[in-house]
Amino acid sequence: MSLLSTEPRLLVHVASRSTWKSPWKRVTVIAGMIVVSFWLVVLITLSWWAPYKPLEAVGARLQSPSWHHLFGTDALSRDVFTRTLYGARQTLPVSVGVIVCAVTIGTILGSLAGFFGGWIESVVMRLVDVTLAFPPIFLAMAVAAALGPGLQNAFFAMVIVWWPIYARLIRGQVQAVKHRDHIQAAVSIGATRWRILRKHVLPLSFTPALINATLDLGQVVILTATLSFLGLGAKPPSPEWGAMITDGAQFFYQWWVAVAPGIAILTVAMSFNFLGDGLRDALDVRAKR
Amino acid sequence: MSDVTTPPLLEIRDLHVTFAVRHGLAHAVRGLELTVHRGEVAAVVGESGSGKSASMLATLGLLDTNASSSGSVRFDGTELLGAPTPVLRSIRGGRIGMIFQDPMTSLNPVLDIRRQIAEAVITHQQVSPRQAESRAVELLEMVSFPDAVRRARSYPHELSGGMRQRVMIAMALANDPDILIADEPTTALDVTVQAQILDLLRSLRQSRELAIVLITHDLGVVAGLADSVHVMYAGRVAESGPVVDIFHRPQHPYTIGLLASLPRLDRPDRELTPIGGVPPRLYEEPDGCSFAPRCRYAVEACHEVEPPLKRVEASMVACNVLPMRSRTAEGSL
Repeated sequence: MSLLSTEPRLLVHVASRSTWKSPWKRVTVIAGMIVVSFWLVVLITLSWWAPYKPLEAVGARLQSPSWHHLFGTDALSRDVFTRTLYGARQTLPVSVGVIVCAVTIGTILGSLAGFFGGWIESVVMRLVDVTLAFPPIFLAMAVAAALGPGLQNAFFAMVIVWWPIYARLIRGQVQAVKHRDHIQAAVSIGATRWRILRKHVLPLSFTPALINATLDLGQVVILTATLSFLGLGAKPPSPEWGAMITDGAQFFYQWWVAVAPGIAILTVAMSFNFLGDGLRDALDVRAKR
Repeated sequence: MSDVTTPPLLEIRDLHVTFAVRHGLAHAVRGLELTVHRGEVAAVVGESGSGKSASMLATLGLLDTNASSSGSVRFDGTELLGAPTPVLRSIRGGRIGMIFQDPMTSLNPVLDIRRQIAEAVITHQQVSPRQAESRAVELLEMVSFPDAVRRARSYPHELSGGMRQRVMIAMALANDPDILIADEPTTALDVTVQAQILDLLRSLRQSRELAIVLITHDLGVVAGLADSVHVMYAGRVAESGPVVDIFHRPQHPYTIGLLASLPRLDRPDRELTPIGGVPPRLYEEPDGCSFAPRCRYAVEACHEVEPPLKRVEASMVACNVLPMRSRTAEGSL
């Protein structure tokens, strides 16, 4: 896809001064980039410099924040700071994975529906309608509960909730693009329908899905944490942000136990929203002028 | 010029095209007859909605799904109407090239022009991508694209309308077609660029014995390029014949009216005479001749009997009140 091959240039474009009308917007986008990059670096390099191990007991339980334990310790005397950092290893890959799977499934089914129409479209779009008729959190909870708790099952549940959004988005785009003149010109040089879909329709339909995906990343982070908070996601000893908040919620005076993962969720979700917002302004000509 | 002894390259017989629209069925083409010989430039002339484009789209099977066509379209002995998709696909862009009216929107905005032309080559020939791309540059040079080697990597938005139309022509000629169908190729262009594109078509036609079906409503374009002219009105041929006869001895009242409504540089003092009335609506089936309501020579029979195509001198004319000889004097010349 031509859009993805120009990714580095895209990031520069997003960060450059001329892309934005208001300077404030540019600040939020750059802040989003910095926070996301920070978490990515943490995620990759953590095991080399983390002060403790996530499951290691490090002395007294429920210690308040100090230089030794930046966010104190929890009820099982584990270092909250370390566990929060390790939480990124659970939540971020899951969120990105959910979005990648949802976009892939949604793009395939949505483009088939939009391009070929007929019974394919009816089947796919009715499936989309049925899925979208449920409130996303309830549906994800129901599926996760049915499959049994665990981060992997939460992953499947969230993909089931999310793919219809992209199927609908891509179908609309494909329908708009397929009636353009240059598609007819491609037919007139004898290209097959598959080739037209892959080379001429999809690259022009994909931008909104990319923007939406970045915006949705923040939401998936929150939903992952929500499912874990409710006991449907990551199981107890593992350092997952939502599950950590569940642990901390019972200690009112030891606020640090719940606040640390809370801050992590807040920063990640917000940064993805900033990034997605910026990406939309940078890529969507209609919204810009 | 058309050679009567060789079989025609493209032969359209009794072509009908109907579109399913909200009001019912729009009968856009009602029994079109058209013959194109090898190396001939055939102009199809008519106003908007007369069925020029619809008939050519039907020829290549490019109509939308709400359209249906019947009749016969034979290309070099092969029936195209209702032919299986693989057959059509090998002919589209292979032996029949097509260029469209608006070069501004007919190119893919996210592919550079070299790749787009190479696409046309790869679709029909067993060549490597690299060979296809060097062939693309050759084609660009053939259509007189300036600085072709360096600018082959341009994207459509970096080019002017005339340049883009050259790219379209290069794509249409990528596989050395026998016929080029040009659907109003100069309508969206400036007058000077129009002249350049017409020059290009003229020279291509001479250098490669290319037959061209030129769809247009511009009689000036016709006079400069065409061998034969087919004047369409409301989905049928009103009159067809050699270009000289159509311009100097028009037979059908509609042709006479069309020529009379054109300004002429050699007679600046002459008044322009518009044709009164409007074309019939396509979802109404007219009784008799569809031009009769606007025709000042119409007699009673014209409103009842649909005139068949009859030979008059070198032309074929569909009119009930032939011959027109005496009337041409006041109408056109």
